[in-house]
Amino acid sequence: MFPLLSHRNHSNMATCIAIIGKDNTPLYLAISDMDKELDLQYRVHAALDVIEEKCSSSTKMNIESKELYLGLLYSTDNQKIYGYITNTKVKFIVVVDSGNVALKESEIRTMFRNLHILYTDAICNPLFSPGEPITSKKFDKCVRNILERQ
Amino acid sequence: MSEEILFDCLHSQIVNYCLNVNKTAPESFTSQTQPPEKEKDLSTLEYIGYTTGYRLIERLTREVPRFKDELETMKFVCTDFWTAIFKKQVDNLRTNHQGVYVLQDNAFRFLTRISPGTKQLEHAPKYVAFTCGLIRGSLANLGISSTVTAEVQSIPSCKFHVQVSRN
Repeated sequence: MFPLLSHRNHSNMATCIAIIGKDNTPLYLAISDMDKELDLQYRVHAALDVIEEKCSSSTKMNIESKELYLGLLYSTDNQKIYGYITNTKVKFIVVVDSGNVALKESEIRTMFRNLHILYTDAICNPLFSPGEPITSKKFDKCVRNILERQ
Repeated sequence: MSEEILFDCLHSQIVNYCLNVNKTAPESFTSQTQPPEKEKDLSTLEYIGYTTGYRLIERLTREVPRFKDELETMKFVCTDFWTAIFKKQVDNLRTNHQGVYVLQDNAFRFLTRISPGTKQLEHAPKYVAFTCGLIRGSLANLGISSTVTAEVQSIPSCKFHVQVSRN
């Protein structure tokens, strides 16, 4: 009836979505609450170290670790940080509010899958040059949709 | 079938275009200091292949588990990647396990329409340059920097030599 009002009562699906290139340069960053920008950027930076550790060849490679989805990287009191890495070493990092208990692991997976599809579409845009930050408005809109969906 | 021929036509037109652009350029642009024209044409083709491969691999590896090592990556290029582009797999992959890979295609798609014979061999390089770039671009995006050269001994078979450069 009042979809807009009901949306406000729930927390967002995620608070931050970041895409990091193969040489660890930021390609894209979407944040739902701009006041927390710096804090969230720290979270993303810390997550990169965890990803690197998970992907280093010295650690044992079991079946699970061959997946693109890396699972929960680490969590703090307020946030949970999930990671995903493509074969081309592009990293997706999603920061989720810990208070959002309704969020299931399968939903996180779906979110990453959708992100990956959006990313590959953005890459195939002939006006995009690989390695540059993604500035496509369409891409931004779609990612923000994921961010704000609950 | 019809969509397959489209790609063949597009490719041969790109080849023709790249070879003609420099021919029609005014004399002043082709001074002695520049590399020979043929080499320049082929590097244009190779670069088109490179950017295509770079983008394409992003899409093709979306549903694929992470690659364990270099050999697994090369196998992917020989099977899934090759099938996506040429509708067939590479016939033979050989390696010395020290960074050299040889991909052999006994009926390379862009050469199958050329009549076999030694006379036509001189035309072969321009039809394999794009694919050299394609391989190099896809490997580059997968984190393997390499040099790719092609060798055509008898049409329509073709060998691609991939030399992985390690830093």
